[in-house]
Amino acid sequence: MTDTGSEDQGYGYILPRVSRSCFKVWRRNWDVFFKTYQVNFLPPFIEPVLYLLAIGFGLGMFVGEIDGIPYVEFIAPALLSISMMNSAFFECTYSSYVRMYYQKTFDAMIATPLSIDDVITGELLWGATRSLIYSSVMLLVLIGFGVVSLPSSLLVIPFSFLAGLLFACIAMCFTAITPGIDALNYPSFLFITPMFLFSGTFFPLSILPEPVQLLAITFLPLTQLVIVARSLTLAELSPFFTYSMVWIVVVTAIFFIISTWLMRRRLIV
Amino acid sequence: MVDDPVIEADRLTKRFGTLIAVDGVSFSVSRGDVFGFLGPNGAGKTTTMKMIQCISPRTAGNLTVLGMDTATHPREIKAELGVLPQETNLDPEFTCRENLLAYARYFDIPVPEARKRADELLSFVQLQEKRDVPIDKLSGGMKRRLLLARALINNPKLLILDEPTIGLDPQGRHLIWEKLKALQAAGNTIVLTTHYLEEAERLCNRLVIMDKGKILVEGRPSDLISRYVGNDIVEAEHTPEVITCLEEMGARFEVFGDMVQVLTDQPREVAKRLFETCNPGHVFARRASLEDVFLKLTGRVLRD
Repeated sequence: MTDTGSEDQGYGYILPRVSRSCFKVWRRNWDVFFKTYQVNFLPPFIEPVLYLLAIGFGLGMFVGEIDGIPYVEFIAPALLSISMMNSAFFECTYSSYVRMYYQKTFDAMIATPLSIDDVITGELLWGATRSLIYSSVMLLVLIGFGVVSLPSSLLVIPFSFLAGLLFACIAMCFTAITPGIDALNYPSFLFITPMFLFSGTFFPLSILPEPVQLLAITFLPLTQLVIVARSLTLAELSPFFTYSMVWIVVVTAIFFIISTWLMRRRLIV
Repeated sequence: MVDDPVIEADRLTKRFGTLIAVDGVSFSVSRGDVFGFLGPNGAGKTTTMKMIQCISPRTAGNLTVLGMDTATHPREIKAELGVLPQETNLDPEFTCRENLLAYARYFDIPVPEARKRADELLSFVQLQEKRDVPIDKLSGGMKRRLLLARALINNPKLLILDEPTIGLDPQGRHLIWEKLKALQAAGNTIVLTTHYLEEAERLCNRLVIMDKGKILVEGRPSDLISRYVGNDIVEAEHTPEVITCLEEMGARFEVFGDMVQVLTDQPREVAKRLFETCNPGHVFARRASLEDVFLKLTGRVLRD
């Protein structure tokens, strides 16, 4: 009698085994997205306009300039970064959880030649794509208001895919361990909301106490997004630009491995 | 290439921690079989199905499907399977036809071919008029039929049906049976689980009854009936007089609540003697069914 343990089909391996088929999962989500595009495209147009008007121009009246930059131009890249974070994170938490648990879409897919690694990778690529779609729409609006530099700002489009992938991978880890959909509120309020405020978004990190600055630059993913995006929209490289890019690539790779491993552990029984 | 078994399980075992869900079962399914897995809840049927589908790794034993090991060739095996799941997992955002086309893509079926097959299958399951209707507008029976069509999209060499008619009304159930009969006649190999013994008796040419992770019996439905309960059953009211009578006759009988069942090959004689000598109230003779075998082997205690 051969005892296979869980070596071959189970989760007893570390690096995900992904095939080309992951793009079929991505395509399925793409098709659904464009079937319902009327409801999907309005929010990314409206949200930045509201923030720009209220905070950029409203609050900006009192703030004036930060480091010699008009306030509205200071927050424009932060709005882009927040949109990358939110669109990828919420896609790969609540939406992925609905597909996994309520609609049983993952079960239907793994009954075909697709593996769980293919399905999860497709979901992550889709989360990244959503970040790209949303921040590109937002970029158009910001270009319309004339608050970002051209042509360097166009690099935000490819960057938003990478940034989205980072948040998709982090999100998928929470989805893999959450006991239910309501528990996903915890990472949303305890992880996403504080980052939204303390990542050099609406005021520069330099006004915070030094230990807090160090924490933000070392651990907060959104800080890295803001550093890169601000370098692109202001056409002025931050000294942290390379550090942040490397940080994003490395952390994305780590969370990609962790998220697929956690998902195998959850779904293969 | 006659007759390599389609599924061969040898001392197949699945443990979840200390719980043994499937306990060293061996069976083999041949080409053209309609092979049934019967058993009360928790018997290990669905776990066995999941191991055959390569989505749940076995703990021990051997399992090959279409000549390939489920542990090493899951993609190749899954490419040849058609699965009708117990729980509906159609894509709610898509129409009937879109569901089939999206599923065809997972099997790498070229788009023109997928369109052709989707239309053929929609007519086969009598949903051609619903082809552009979203899933939430379908009845339960229509959803099951669409799932059957989806399971057939890749021309599978093995069809796995987990409770194919669960929750359907009699019309819906008969329509599914009719389709399955047609698939059987076309030479398809089918493995199914069911709680409906009438369904198993109608469809399966071979079946196993499982309980507590083990296979209790295996065989043709008619053989199992004659082997375990005889061909006929006479039911009478449970009164002391009837019991005394039956004991005098030396008949094989069992008591269930207010009813006595006599297992016999001579129903007329038994019924006649009961009427003539023991004042039995109602007497009812009928053919034995798979349900009698099932209850005899797995008991009448409720499982959950």
